[in-house]
Amino acid sequence: MPFSATKKVLSALLATLLFVAANPSPEEKHLSVYSPVATYNLPVTDRAGHEYIGLLELLEPLGRVSARTEGQHWKLRFNDVDCDFAAGKMRSRIRGRDVDLPANFIIENSRGLVPLNSLSSLLPRFLGASVNFHETARRLFIGDVATHVVAQIDAANSSRLVLNFSGTVNPTISTEPGRLRMVFSRDPLVSPATPSLSFDSKVITQATYAENDGIAELTINGTAPLMASFSNNGRTITVSALPQSAQAGGTASSPPATSTQPPDQNALPIQQPVTTAPPPPLAAGSGRRFLVVVDPAHGGDERGAALNDKLAEKDVTLGFARLLRHELDTRGISVLLLRDGDATLTLDQRAAIANGARGVIYVALHAASQGSGARVYTALLPVEGTSSGPFRAWNAAQTLSLPLSQGLAAAIVSELLKQEIPARATSASLRPLNNMSTAAVAVELAPGPHGVNELASANYQQRAAAAVADAVASQRTALGAQP
Amino acid sequence: MIPRQLVIGVAAMAVLVLSMGFYLRQMRRNAAALQASAADVRPVSPPASGPTEIVTLYVADDAAGIMRARSAHIPLPGGRQQRAEELLRALLGIYQQPGSPHPLAPAADVRSVYLVDPGIAVIDLNAPFADQHRSGILDEQLTVNSLVETLAINVPGVRSVRILVEGRTRETLAGHADLTDFFDVNAVGQALGERPR
Repeated sequence: MPFSATKKVLSALLATLLFVAANPSPEEKHLSVYSPVATYNLPVTDRAGHEYIGLLELLEPLGRVSARTEGQHWKLRFNDVDCDFAAGKMRSRIRGRDVDLPANFIIENSRGLVPLNSLSSLLPRFLGASVNFHETARRLFIGDVATHVVAQIDAANSSRLVLNFSGTVNPTISTEPGRLRMVFSRDPLVSPATPSLSFDSKVITQATYAENDGIAELTINGTAPLMASFSNNGRTITVSALPQSAQAGGTASSPPATSTQPPDQNALPIQQPVTTAPPPPLAAGSGRRFLVVVDPAHGGDERGAALNDKLAEKDVTLGFARLLRHELDTRGISVLLLRDGDATLTLDQRAAIANGARGVIYVALHAASQGSGARVYTALLPVEGTSSGPFRAWNAAQTLSLPLSQGLAAAIVSELLKQEIPARATSASLRPLNNMSTAAVAVELAPGPHGVNELASANYQQRAAAAVADAVASQRTALGAQP
Repeated sequence: MIPRQLVIGVAAMAVLVLSMGFYLRQMRRNAAALQASAADVRPVSPPASGPTEIVTLYVADDAAGIMRARSAHIPLPGGRQQRAEELLRALLGIYQQPGSPHPLAPAADVRSVYLVDPGIAVIDLNAPFADQHRSGILDEQLTVNSLVETLAINVPGVRSVRILVEGRTRETLAGHADLTDFFDVNAVGQALGERPR
């Protein structure tokens, strides 16, 4: 379908604005939440000298949650826990008992905001699990999820520092002469026994732990340029001096620095295996990074299917998408989530953002109340519109990538079956699949054996998300993207 | 002693009350019947005339998530366009029966089918067809495939199909299946080939 030039310019402008909006500025404050079912970030809002967080957004990935505003009251139900908050009041009722907040409750655009420093006392009443809140660093640990680190100089080689972690980690690493920084934005890393460790080594002298604004950071200081290598399935990182040959010549092939900050001019290469290395930034140049665009279908004014009286498709797809993002993150795969809240996006906007981000894979997530298990769709291409020279018709942009999409769909079905979720692949005339210029599939999650309510179950979604992430990871080579 | 006139008056009043009650009951029954017939907004199509033919209808089965070919004896008029409309109405008739494998709203109907050279069929559905359709990729795609394939298999020469609602382009059938483009009959056929018939 042809677009006028004005429409194209406006679409591009809108897509750029949305893309920029999806990537928060560094000044924004964040809360990182680590739980057994999901790891996620939420924006923190300053109001009247206090830091606030959206309670619905906080609880959404952790269970079934719904909220409604009745006048000055904001009523929330989480699993089987009912609570009642009143705007401008510090007193609230949870499970029929009065609970005092340290500052007033706020209702903004139907969102309920609670003071950040109330979370330690508030959340255990909802979750029934232990909560450890590092308030100054804005890091929230739910349940026993913390990853611990032990650092020691290698007994056989005093110029090597071995960091053993209690779980798999995937930090973003940057180097500058004499210093190596590891930033753990999605790993629940906690401080070692002492935040600053000194070593009896001529090369590596000190390691310092710090945490701030939702991230943890380990800085290793040395007397020579340092490099890091991963082993033991991402549970061990060894820091050592860069070989003399590399120091002299430099290595252009390795990815410099990080995806969260601009690469340092003096950045030195980092030795990392494919399975755990964070992907290089898009602008790095030589290849195409393995970026997966995850699209939680519907949102905002568009609720999608009414799965039951209370459950809307748009809410299930968002929770599912967040879990998938986490699963992909843990596999070292970059993710662009098209919406991380209740935003309205048109199909053209979704396609424009996803194509503009030059992702290698596009995964749309849907949910349905009929049938069981999951269905994985590739595009059922319509009669192709007019192509002009190198420009393909918008409605058939998927044509060349369709075989890749079908391979991906087959891989996802295979992984879902391994998770004992009945699944099959088929095709559907579902936009924006046909507008995507890269491998594109839609996953429609249907109820499990326990009925429609299971669609909102974090456990069910987690299994499906893990299957999709495994399939995506298995397609890296087939899709020819740079690891 | 009760005066005779009073007895007659009371008896007359009792008869009147009973008669009014009976009349009221009848009126309520009539109103209920009228309401029920008003709720059934299914358009009444003129009965098709013409010889009965055996045709193949592609019937969606939600439980299995597939299409099944089913033979049916239906009277078909001579004109290609009217024939196409009757075919799709016969298909809808199956979906609107109790216990249908793919329920559609009772008020759903095909307004018209236009056959345009070269090889284009345009199906114009009424608003309740789309407005009351269940939302979901599989549900909606089965409906689309069923319409397209039934038309293509029984009306030779149809290569692409467009679906309109009340004569206008609608973005999706019920939130998922895209209705903004022409369906490629070959592509739909290949998609059905993936499934058991």
